[in-house]
Amino acid sequence: MVNRRIDEPTGTETVGHEWDGIEELNTPLPRWWLYTFYACIVFSAVYVVLYPAWPLIDKATAGTLGWSSRGDLAKEMSAANMARQGVFQQIAATDIEKLPGSPDLMQAAISGGAAAFKVNCVQCHGAGAAGYQEFGYPNLNDDDWIWGGTLTDIEYTLQHGIRWDAAEQTRVNYMPAFEGVFDKAQVSAVTGHVLSLSGKAQPNPAGAQLFSENCAACHGPAGGGSPELGAPALNDAIWLYGGTAAAVTKQILAPRHGVMPAWSGRLDPVTIKMLAAYVHSRGGGQKAAPAQIETDVAQTPDKAKTDG
Amino acid sequence: MADPKDLKRPAPPLAPTRDWAGALGSASPAAAPESDVGLMGSALYEKGKTVHNKRIDGPFRRFKWLVMLVTLAIYYVTPWLRWDRGPYAPDQAVLIDLANRRFYMFDIEIWPHEFYFVAGLLIMAGIGLFLVTSAVGRAWCGYACPQTVWTDLFQHVDRLFDGDRNARARLDKAPWGPAKIARRGAKWSVYVAISLLTGGAWILYFADAPTLARAFFSAEAAPVAYATVAILTGTTFWLGGFMREQVCIYMCPWPRIQTAMLDEKSLIVTYKDWRGEQRGSLKKAAKDPEAYGDCIDCLQCVAVCPTGIDIREGQQIGCITCGLCIDACDKVMADIGRPRGLIDYATLDQCKAEAAGAPATPAWKALLRPRLFLYLGVWALMGAGLLFALGTRTHTDLTVEHDRNPPFMLLKDGSVRNAYTLRLRNMESRPRAMEVAMAGMPAGTVMWTDAVSLENAAPAQVIDVPANATKLVRVYVMLPPDKSADAFAFRLTSLDEQGEQDVTETTFAMPGTE
Repeated sequence: MVNRRIDEPTGTETVGHEWDGIEELNTPLPRWWLYTFYACIVFSAVYVVLYPAWPLIDKATAGTLGWSSRGDLAKEMSAANMARQGVFQQIAATDIEKLPGSPDLMQAAISGGAAAFKVNCVQCHGAGAAGYQEFGYPNLNDDDWIWGGTLTDIEYTLQHGIRWDAAEQTRVNYMPAFEGVFDKAQVSAVTGHVLSLSGKAQPNPAGAQLFSENCAACHGPAGGGSPELGAPALNDAIWLYGGTAAAVTKQILAPRHGVMPAWSGRLDPVTIKMLAAYVHSRGGGQKAAPAQIETDVAQTPDKAKTDG
Repeated sequence: MADPKDLKRPAPPLAPTRDWAGALGSASPAAAPESDVGLMGSALYEKGKTVHNKRIDGPFRRFKWLVMLVTLAIYYVTPWLRWDRGPYAPDQAVLIDLANRRFYMFDIEIWPHEFYFVAGLLIMAGIGLFLVTSAVGRAWCGYACPQTVWTDLFQHVDRLFDGDRNARARLDKAPWGPAKIARRGAKWSVYVAISLLTGGAWILYFADAPTLARAFFSAEAAPVAYATVAILTGTTFWLGGFMREQVCIYMCPWPRIQTAMLDEKSLIVTYKDWRGEQRGSLKKAAKDPEAYGDCIDCLQCVAVCPTGIDIREGQQIGCITCGLCIDACDKVMADIGRPRGLIDYATLDQCKAEAAGAPATPAWKALLRPRLFLYLGVWALMGAGLLFALGTRTHTDLTVEHDRNPPFMLLKDGSVRNAYTLRLRNMESRPRAMEVAMAGMPAGTVMWTDAVSLENAAPAQVIDVPANATKLVRVYVMLPPDKSADAFAFRLTSLDEQGEQDVTETTFAMPGTE
């Protein structure tokens, strides 16, 4: 079968096979190519010993160097954490209301907060922090704050949550249900009055009367709300559960109460501070009134004050 | 797997390895000698032969010296030139600042988004090579190519340490002894010194030269600097010290491209065979002057050739047209009292005419061809276009990115707020105040930035942009209640005597327009 012969025109030996009259010249590899190939074999032998190589049932051979890509990642993560330690310590040491005073630190906090927000908050509040009205998750970009929009307020909300029973100092309030308290005409009158506060309906004296007797204690005589009590403002364009007459009526008869988990204990204080800075930076953050910076934590509304 | 025996078996080459004669239809009737790489040659590889070119003096050699001096000076000195650009930009005349993504060249500063200037320069360099080729053939190969310049430099080092052609060949063949080891050691250390300088100069183009040089020698420079110097030192040592003409003949694509670009009207270095043949020694020619031509077969043209070819075999890929053989031959012709120019710059057409008996045409007449002016025109047009673009470019730029999540924000009082991320670019080497204003929004619309709070919201904001930088600003635009808008433009104006402007259109989202 094998019939090697020298091909006349080229003077090269053939490989010795013939397919339908077609023969192939045997052109040997260049020597450098062969040596490179041998070098590769040596390299692979060394590699197999040093690095993970042979797949086993549940893992691979480890290799004598002990290298792993997970190890690399862990090393890079700890290096990155080490690099951030300086900024973290500065943020930890800075009072949250004083953060805006050092723009670099504030920027670092906002960036860190944005990253933490993506992991912990977007599930309810959305990737753009715009919330979901149909579920009552508040929008964090606007200038309407149920429990206050200063850095301190936001940090407190993050730490202790809202109506989060497991947290001692959680923010709690409950709006009474007026189902069975108001009759149909009364409900309609109050709804009309609430809508009239933001110019959406004509004022009616009956509704105003009922409002001042039943609602003004928390929501204020003009419906301006109270961040201390967590009573939403009713005289603006922003509605947690919707601003139609039907939505308002529904809320009067059977109020819904949103819950937010307390993050103290789940997240470290620096991350919470950075989250507060990020939420505050979304465009609606309020400045602390000069007196409020001095306010003691004890004066912040807590469970004891609002419960009951 | 190939039979190992095959690797040892000598196989004839598919083509003669060093026979380029006639590659372009050579006019030489003195056909190349029958290839000596027959059945005994190896098809696997050809062992490089060291070229020991002889020293020669003459106009072309002197021109080569000049070009070598100028090109080496440009290469080594350029990074050290200073150029004052004020306090906010580096003062190095030519600097490729990769870390900050800037390219400085004297008064020109290129940003990454203007890379088309560099691309344009590269295209101009390409067309420039075509231009030079159509005018003077492979002059680039012969004089200005770094491989040629450094090879020449290393060959001079050879000459300095080991003597001229014959002495070097003798030393090559001599057995290794203390004397040879000492000589080689000394020569190779000069090779390494030159290579180190070459590699060292390269990195100076990428950082402030004096600072980097100091850091380099105090072991404080970045590892990449040392790696680059090491690699370039190695390649210079190897390519300039040992590979030399092998690079031109086997590695470089340019000679191949040249074979497609040269024609019978291109200037090349040619041996005028009709005048030289029949070759013969002076003695033979004296006996029978009618039978012999001007070539006395002294082989001086071969001895001086830096790529070790015989020009008398005709046009070939190994000829870099450096003209040293012209110098050598002219010297011999002067010695034996014959006219110069047996080997000379000429076109194939000129050679044909001369061979047919026409008077010799001066070589420069080869330049008068339409193709040359066409290339020159295209090249000049591109250059003028680039210069125009460079002169009229603005040094400010504004790009706008509309927040899409959420697209708009309804506020307590019914106003609608949109947020935008603005990129303000200041390409001047000084900080500038820039005004951002809105065009096409209803009256009462205000804006503020992260730095300016809502209380200071205004129809326009002034933003300080640092020198030589792009500043990212988040801008909030608030439309008063009961007004509506869907599109408008941000207008950026530099608040200086230039008053440069850039206008970028964007959208405004409202409830119900999602």
